[in-house]
Order: sequence, then C-alpha cells, then structure tokens
Amino acid sequence: MIELVQLTKQFGETTAVDQLSLTVARGELLVLLGGSGCGKTTTLKMINRLIEPSAGEILIDGRSATAIPAYELRRRIGYCFQQVGLFPHMTVGENIAITPALLGWDRDRVAARVETLLELVELPPATFRDRWPRELSGGQQQRVGVARALAAEPELLLLDEPFGALDPLTRDRLQQSFRTIRAQLGLTAVFVTHDMVEALILADQIAVMHDGRLVQLGTPSELMQHPADDYVRELMATPLRQAETVEALTRESP
Amino acid sequence: MSEQLTLLPGYLTAHLQLALVALLIGAGFSIPMGIWVAGRPRAQRGALALASVIQTIPSLALLAMMVPTLAAVGAVTARLFGLELTSIGYLPAIIGLTLYSILPMLRNTVTGIAGVDPALVEAARGVGMTPRQRLRLVQLPLALPVIVAGIRTATVWVVGIATLSTPVGAASLGNYIFSGLQTRNFAAVMVGCVAAATLALILDGLVHMLEIGAQERRRSLIATALTLLGGLYAYTGVTLAADWLDRGQPRVAIGAKTFTEQYILSELMAFQIERTTGLATEVVQSLGSTVAFDALRAGALDVYVDYSGTIWATIMERDRVPEDPSAVLTEVGEYLAREHGITMVGALGFENAYALAMRNDHAERLHLNSISALVPHAGSFIIAGDYEFFGRPEWRGLQETYGLDFAEQRSMDSSLMYQAVAGHQVDVISAFSTDGRIAALELRVLEDDRGAIPPYDAIILASGRLVEEAPQAVQALKALLGTIDAATMRRLNGTVDQDGKSPRAVARGFLEPSTAPHTSRSAPADTSGSAPPPLP
Repeated sequence: MIELVQLTKQFGETTAVDQLSLTVARGELLVLLGGSGCGKTTTLKMINRLIEPSAGEILIDGRSATAIPAYELRRRIGYCFQQVGLFPHMTVGENIAITPALLGWDRDRVAARVETLLELVELPPATFRDRWPRELSGGQQQRVGVARALAAEPELLLLDEPFGALDPLTRDRLQQSFRTIRAQLGLTAVFVTHDMVEALILADQIAVMHDGRLVQLGTPSELMQHPADDYVRELMATPLRQAETVEALTRESP
Repeated sequence: MSEQLTLLPGYLTAHLQLALVALLIGAGFSIPMGIWVAGRPRAQRGALALASVIQTIPSLALLAMMVPTLAAVGAVTARLFGLELTSIGYLPAIIGLTLYSILPMLRNTVTGIAGVDPALVEAARGVGMTPRQRLRLVQLPLALPVIVAGIRTATVWVVGIATLSTPVGAASLGNYIFSGLQTRNFAAVMVGCVAAATLALILDGLVHMLEIGAQERRRSLIATALTLLGGLYAYTGVTLAADWLDRGQPRVAIGAKTFTEQYILSELMAFQIERTTGLATEVVQSLGSTVAFDALRAGALDVYVDYSGTIWATIMERDRVPEDPSAVLTEVGEYLAREHGITMVGALGFENAYALAMRNDHAERLHLNSISALVPHAGSFIIAGDYEFFGRPEWRGLQETYGLDFAEQRSMDSSLMYQAVAGHQVDVISAFSTDGRIAALELRVLEDDRGAIPPYDAIILASGRLVEEAPQAVQALKALLGTIDAATMRRLNGTVDQDGKSPRAVARGFLEPSTAPHTSRSAPADTSGSAPPPLP
C-alpha cells in the first residue's frame, strides 16, 4: 500500500533520512524504531508531506504522493501527534469533526461519525462530546486524538509516539484499545516509537533506523532471532535485560 | 457649567467621528497587515519598525505635522488632478489618529499569530487544512485574545489623543480642555476630561464584551455588543454624511489661536460677517500658531487675526526692529500679499505685544520699571515663557539688545505662567500686553526702553479666496478696523478670564450692546454682583 523509494531528507548539511526504501502492505502495522534523531519522525512526516523530501519518492497505492495537493493527501491519511494537538478553542466533538467537515460531509453524517468514534475510543459521547480538551486527562486527550485521526475513515494511519507522554498504566490500556480498534477497522498504519516493548506488542513489521538509515526490516521474531548487526541485537535485548533486572530485584526483596 | 454641557452633544459627536473612524481605518489596515506579515520575517520587522517610529513621534506633533504635509500634498494634487485637500480640520486629525492606532493593533496581531503553539499549527496542517483554513480556523481564533487586547489599547489611546485634534482645527472634546485652560474655565476642562475618559471606558468595555462573547460563545453578549457598537458607528456615519452634505454650502472659515483674545476676536468676526452679509461662518478654535498661518495660506481658513510682530519675526524671520516701528505694519502687509497671496485687511486698533512682566510689589521693591533696569538682577531671576517664546526671534533680540542672562528659563503653558509669577514660583514672565491677568494679578509690564520688541498690531488677515469670492465679507470686517483699543481688549479678555463669560457672548455683547446687556461696552457690570469690577 505504501512504498518509500530512496527517500532522503537533508536539513542543511545534515542528512536526517538517507535513501530509505521500504514497503508497507495493506492492513499491516509497521513500527519505525530507533533512538532520538535517527530520522524516524522525519520519515513519518514525509509520508503525509508535513515535511517535503529532498529526494526519492513516496507511492501510495502505486500513485505518487505529490500527485495531489498536500492538504488533500492529509485529509485521506489519519495522523496522531505526540503532543496530541487538540485545538483548545474547539470542543471534543468539534476536534473530531474537523477533517470530515473539511471534506464537506453533511452535518448528520459528521454527527453520527463523531458518536461512533467516541464509542470506539471508549469515551461516552453524551459525557464527552461537548467537553473542552482542557477538561480531559492526558489519556482521554490522546483517545480523542486517535478518534480525530480516524474521523474521515482513512485507510492509512500515521502515529508519532502517540502514547509516549502517558503514564505506564494509561499507556498500556491505550495500546490494548488501539490493537482492538486496528483489528476492527483493518487499518494500515505506520507507528513511530523508541519504546521496544511497545514495538513488540503492536508491530507486524519493525523497521529499525539508525543515523537516518534503515538498519533492518523484519517481523519482531525475525529481528530477535537474526539481528542484522550489534545495534539491533543490543536493541532487541533491552526488554529482556530489563525484565531480568526487575525479576532479580523482586527476588532480593524479602 | 450648564453652558458647557450644551456644547457636549456637538463635541462628543465630533469626538466619536474622529475616534471611531480612525479606529476602523486603523484596524482595517493593521490587522490584515499583521496577518500578511506574520509569516514573512523581513516584512514583519520592517512594518513593526515603521509603526514604532510613528509611535515615538509625540502625538501633538504628529497631528500638527499633518497640516503642512497635507497643504504640500494638496498643492500637488490640486495641480495634477484638480483635487483640493483641506489641510486643517477633520482630514489631518483622522490621518494622524489612524497612524497612531496602527502600532498596538499591528504588533498584537503579529505577536498573537506568532504566539500560537507550533504543535497546533502542525496539527492544523496534519488534519488537512489549507493555509487559509489554518489561519481562519486555528491561528486567528487562538490569537484573538492578543489581537483584541491590541484593539482595546488602540481604542483607549485614540479616544484620549483625539482631544489633540483641536489644535489642528478639528472639533473634539479637546475644545473643552484647550479653551478651558486658556480662559481659566476649569469646569470646561473637567467636562472635557470626564467625557473623554467615559467614552474611552465605554468603547473599551464594548470591545471587551465582544471578546468575552466570542470566547465563551455567548451569542446574546455578542449581539448586544455588536448592536451598541453598530449603533455608535451608524450614528457616526449619519452625522458625518450630514456634515458632508452641509459642507456643500459655502461658509467663511474663521480661525483662532489658543488664547482668550483669539477666541473673542474669532467670534466677533464671525458675528460681524453673519449679521452684515448673511454668509454662513464656521469658527475653528484653538489652532496652533503656525497651523493657523499655514491653513490661511493653503486656503483652508479664510480669515483670522495675527500680530504684525509675529509675522515680522516668525514668518519673515527678521530679528531687527526698524528705526521707525510703524514701517513694520506696512512691510508685513506688502510681504503677505507678495509672497503668500494673503490680504492684510487692516489693524484692529490695539497691540498685543510680548512683554516682560513681574509682580508689582516685587518690581516696586527693586525699583524696576524697564528691561534695562532688570538686567543686573537677571542672574538671580527665573523667567517663564510660553511654549514658543524661547524659540522666537524676539527672545534672541531681547537677549542681544540688553545682554539679558537669566539664572533659569522655563517653558510652560501660558495659562499657568501667570499663576506661576503671581505665586512667587518665577520672577519674570513673557506676558501678552493685552492679557486681562496683568491687571487682575497685579503685575507690572517692564518698558522695552531700547525698542527690542517689534510692534504687535493685531491685524485681520484674509485669504485670497475670500477677497475674490466674498468681497462683502471683507467689507464687513473693515468696519471693525480701529474699533478696539488696548483697554477695550483687556476688558473683553477679563470678562472671559475673570468673570467666566463665554467668548461668544462677549463678542456679541460688544457688537450689539442692546441685546446682551451683561457684557455690553456701556454697562459691563454683572447683574449677579459676584464678579469683580470690570478692568480699566
């Protein structure tokens, strides 16, 4: 469904993304994994042209992403921001309704869609539709963020560390919800994270990035069993090593 | 007080016409400009720098500078397109006020938009908004509180500064303040200040109400605020249109500078022209000194009274007084006709000279009668002058002729200067020889024994246009020549400054003693008996 071909982005002298090529199949969730500054967010933002590539191409269903105006492309691709980015001067319902409204859906259809989505993200519409974003907890805000990204029934969803700023319990709950939603809707998604556990839980495929380059692409188990280099090996070992440390600590305590 | 309040509707309407229109034009320019430059750093720096420079010009100077500027521009447009611009009155005031309103609204629009969280701007792009939708749906609503704060600042400034439109010939609540300060009518000053402050608070409140309504989505609040503001604008529009239609009728524009004598003489000339010729007149009061001359030269004024010595020194830039002082009057008349196409109708019969004055008892103690006698004491004396005095050639002439060197010199408003000398705050002041306060405050005028100060015959000056188009008005004014001697002028001034009569009533009483017995020449006593006796 998405094909990145020799995708490159330079900011002045620095190369943020270096000739990246990969493919995401329909219905698949690809995690872009790597440390800070590895180019994963830049890659994600190039897919819906929040950042224009310096070189290379993005094909969506075989057609170039530059074939249509950027804003039209973005209306067809759901986007979930790390900072959530709910508009503070709009109610929860209005935030979710933005993209459908921009697409010119009629009022009834938009209202019905908002209702459906609030139920999907487990926020009872009667309680939440007319609330202001500032009245919501961080987890509730991110649920609204997910609902807003899904509002215009996109086939493709881009998520930029959406659960990164949440407390562990909330993060865990949202990850579970997101798995369910994705399964229900059969969405294709690209998910950026630096959290190994999150990557293992959600990913069909993981693309490990380092210094703007693709280091390895594969399923979680492929990466575990056949790491391409020491960096990937190290990365894959982290969750297990952490688990062992935690276990050791529990054993020591009386 | 009640006489002051009858003027309120007119001045308030004029004030609204200035403030509301300037704010509307200012906002209509600044806010779109702010939006346009918001994403363009170089344009933004340029626009903000320009607006700041305008703001640093003192407001009175900014307004006053519009007069010669418009006169110069008007001369060009008249030649090229046949478009005459009036260089005094509404136009210069509205331009000055509009310029003054730009900075707060422009700056707040720019900073308001720049201050929107970049994450929200990216979110707006991410959900598929076009740049225009992003501005309308996200950036402007979020910048609104900051933009509105700018509008409110501009509103309060403009309503306040609009009082300074008076010296450029546009009526405003400032008429109360300027004429009140000069004629020592503090009730008038108070009315002007309170009315301007109230108006500022009301307009600010309405804008605030609109802001709250928009933020809290209270339609009734928005509707109320819009109705009230709309009503004010509608009223302004209707009255402006009425004024404009009325303007079609020719009228003789009579100017007055900012002191009592000028107020009286302008009313006097207006009444004389009206009752003799039936022509409509318009009195434009409290004009800055050079504003009046520039306006007459440019044809925005038809007639006003100036003083031969002032033209001699300030306009002709002569600092020596000729051997025969009467030559000044002749030369001034010839010069005005030759260089500026202005007709000197003639002299009214009195002189209002710059004179050095001090407290009578003080002068008595030191045996001072003349400026020569003052010289040895000057080193320990403080002299106060009006705003112009120390910049005028007469002052240089005085200093050079007598070798005067005071310990300190202070510029102050002429109305406060007299109080200052009477109250022992200063020793010597630059008085006007006809001022009623010289006698009332027991001051002594020191004789200019070496003839350093030119004669200051009060002369009626008329524009070329008036002479050509309404010779009967000039004829009517000629009847006034030689009818007012210095004693009469002092008495008329005193009737206003000390007795609290309005300049208009005093002027009418002078011309038609029978219809206004309180201020007549023959029976100047006030029936209430509370006023001091008329001055000699």
